[in-house]
Amino acid sequence: MGLRFNLVIGGVLCTLIIGAAVLAPWLANYNPIMDADLMNAELPPDAQFWFGTDAQGRDVFTRILYGAQVSLTVGIGSQLINTTIGLIFGISAGYFGGWWDDLVNGLTNLMLSIPSLIFALAIMAILGPGLVSLLIALGLTNWSWTCRIARSSTLSLKSQGYVQAAKTLGYGDGRIMATQILPNLIGPVLVIATLGMGDAILAEAALSYLGLGIRPPQPSWGNMLTDARELIVIAPWAAIFPGIAIFLTVLGLNLLGDGLRDWLDPQMRTRRA
Amino acid sequence: MNGALLEVEDLRIDIGSGESRHNAVENISFSIDRGETFGLVGESGCGKSITALATIGLLRRPLAISGGSIRFKGQDLRSLSAREMRKLRGNRIAMIFQEPMTALNPLSPVGRQIAEMFVLHQGASWHEAERKAVEALASVQVPAPDQRVKNYPHQMSGGMRQRVMIAIALACNPDLLIADEPTTALDVTVQAEILKLMQELCDARGTAVLMISHDLGVIAKMCRRVGVMYAGHMAEERAVADLFRTPAHPYTRGLLGSLPRLGSRGAHGRKRLQEIEGVVPSIAAFPAGCRFEPRCERATAICASTQPGQTDLGNNGFVRCFHHG
Amino acid sequence: MDSAPEPLLRVEDLSVHFPVQGGVFNRRRKMLRAVNNVSLTLNKGECLSIVGESGCGKSTLALSIVGLQAPTSGSIHFEGRPITGKAQPSRIERARMAQIVFQDPYASLNPRQTVFTSLAAPLRLHGIGNGEVESRVEEMMRLVGLKPDQAKRFPHEFSGGQRQRIGIARALILNPKVVVLDEPVSALDVSIRAQIINLLLELKERLRLSYIMISHDLSVVEHMSDRVAVMYFGQIVETGRWESIFANPMHPYTRRLLGAIPDPFAELSGKKLIDEAQAPRPPSGYDYHPQQFDRQDVYSAPQPSQLVAIAGDHCVRLAPVA
Repeated sequence: MGLRFNLVIGGVLCTLIIGAAVLAPWLANYNPIMDADLMNAELPPDAQFWFGTDAQGRDVFTRILYGAQVSLTVGIGSQLINTTIGLIFGISAGYFGGWWDDLVNGLTNLMLSIPSLIFALAIMAILGPGLVSLLIALGLTNWSWTCRIARSSTLSLKSQGYVQAAKTLGYGDGRIMATQILPNLIGPVLVIATLGMGDAILAEAALSYLGLGIRPPQPSWGNMLTDARELIVIAPWAAIFPGIAIFLTVLGLNLLGDGLRDWLDPQMRTRRA
Repeated sequence: MNGALLEVEDLRIDIGSGESRHNAVENISFSIDRGETFGLVGESGCGKSITALATIGLLRRPLAISGGSIRFKGQDLRSLSAREMRKLRGNRIAMIFQEPMTALNPLSPVGRQIAEMFVLHQGASWHEAERKAVEALASVQVPAPDQRVKNYPHQMSGGMRQRVMIAIALACNPDLLIADEPTTALDVTVQAEILKLMQELCDARGTAVLMISHDLGVIAKMCRRVGVMYAGHMAEERAVADLFRTPAHPYTRGLLGSLPRLGSRGAHGRKRLQEIEGVVPSIAAFPAGCRFEPRCERATAICASTQPGQTDLGNNGFVRCFHHG
Repeated sequence: MDSAPEPLLRVEDLSVHFPVQGGVFNRRRKMLRAVNNVSLTLNKGECLSIVGESGCGKSTLALSIVGLQAPTSGSIHFEGRPITGKAQPSRIERARMAQIVFQDPYASLNPRQTVFTSLAAPLRLHGIGNGEVESRVEEMMRLVGLKPDQAKRFPHEFSGGQRQRIGIARALILNPKVVVLDEPVSALDVSIRAQIINLLLELKERLRLSYIMISHDLSVVEHMSDRVAVMYFGQIVETGRWESIFANPMHPYTRRLLGAIPDPFAELSGKKLIDEAQAPRPPSGYDYHPQQFDRQDVYSAPQPSQLVAIAGDHCVRLAPVA
């Protein structure tokens, strides 16, 4: 029961947000950048501007739709990179051990000892602002937890009978890692990845605020929040709606992650049936 | 039965609540006299461990006693408050578990863990209790007890840890010791030493023992009487000698026939072991009648529909089966 | 087995040592000597049991035989051909020589794969076509006493005994000649053990298998074995045909093991399995080795001793009297 609930609500939320991002040009009534009109600045929500307008008189609803494109690209893209790196390093380190394990361990400890935002900041400073550099910066700096979980799970999985049996049956190391170990990591890694997407969306906001992320006037939920900071008293809607968008996205991702984890576990699935 | 130390009558334990409520243990009655060793034998999931936990008041949700009585020295344990029960536990009724590593506190020296019992139940000062702890450790034949009290559990072998557990359990000279698979995690030679030690100590102190085990050999070695449990029911309750000589319940007979017997291959050549077909039913799918009915060779229509009552077999033994013998 | 024994697998002077690190700041590495100079021969169609208590190295030895643990020194030969060291065959080749059945039926099956996948994937890996894969899986399910359509299920839908059957099916799916049984019934319920023991003995005859069984349960060992090797702290202390080991145990450790078994029938008849007063003496000039069984140093090389044949292939470890 609870299982379905997570999966359905999370799925619906994420579908809505992805739909909003993809269909932004058709759903929006205005252009997110060009339709600035100072005469309409800081208007509260009404029939014309559903979520009100910001300091430049741009429609907040339109900018949230277009901002969703940026946030989701950053969130999903950076986590794809992070998860891939974390899994490759973590599984291989746990599986092979030895000097490779020592090296990967040293690297993860180094990554964990420096706040990832500082790291991302440094990379952004070198690469310059923009979506691609944002993806690279956030994708290279947040894989340590995935790596750690993958490594420790692999360490315990590799002594399990079925992994040992796979070796005696003639499976190569790569095949064992892909077919025997990886599927058992999906649960915890999905959870980390969904949480990481939320983090990445927030990091995008922080970097954009520092002028290193998405450059205005291009909308992102991060720089919308930043812009709205000064208006929080006179035009709270300009901050509240991007805030709600971030909240719902992170919530949806977490529910989806939990739901997927349970759904992917055959034990839970057949028990439900 | 006058002077029984522990009397369990019609004990019933359920698991879960509402629609997902199932019966785990039912119609369990047995009594243990002072100084007697009583065994409960059965396979995993037969309810022997939760029966033991129930007698010491340690059942936790989703398990709960839903019927019957447990009387210790004539006092109904189910009527006691949590506080009164705590005073009894460790003091008059003690328990040792299968895995001493998880039952001992890893962060405290073993001497202190023994001493705690004296402080808690006998109001001893820590200083005095520590001295008594050395004695207690000596009594379970740990060499150099004055040194060993300072050891942490991880510095000891499995056998030594189980000795410490026994020292803690027997610290306050309890009337009843509940031993839940006390030697299952140990090597056979260590098991032999531990069983011998338990026997000697309990004999000397007149401690009654409720021994839980899946190992018929351990039961035969330690107990005078034994109850055979299957799927939450007491299939048969006999004096140990009677049980092995003339097992009455088809399950007991099957169990004894399925054991490879040392020496029998030498005497009679290799014979196919007798099998009990099928698997133990899960708690959610216990049969309505006799719980062994689906696996039983002798089952007839009545077995599927009706739960067999107790049939007296003399010498204080009984069986629950329509077709025993 | 009336014909002359035909050696199938030979373990020669095998040692396995593990480096143990003293601690974070202690870089000096000690070697834990799990297996010390063990030699064994498994003949075709035989069940050779390796008996001992935890930490005696029997499982490490088993893992070496199936190639899961590289030996520190010594060698293993299969049908006369070395399978360790430089001459090591590929995993694929090795898979058809020896397979293993694990103790814990719950950890030995991948929870995320159906039984069919677990059984079919190795066949495909070994180049067997789809049509044949299905019939082979079906046949194997029947052989171990399961229904072929149960293969669609996941491991958690089976009981412990059924899972052990699946573990056996997986070990046999590639038609290996040797099967290593690592405590095959000790994790199972008492009423299930007989089923699995009978099944293993049937399969051995039917498929002409040879077993190496690792066990601490001497009643199971007596029932199943043709020959027995008793291990204590990395060394074989006594070995011989099952009749000699059980009827005429010589080494004090073997006698200790046999004496420690709580056998229900012996307990009640009051008959001791082992009478210490009748312990056979070692040949003159020799002592049994080791003599003491309380504390063993697993880090230093064992005292010199040798496995000496007493009668036929009944061997006991002896050391000259000091």
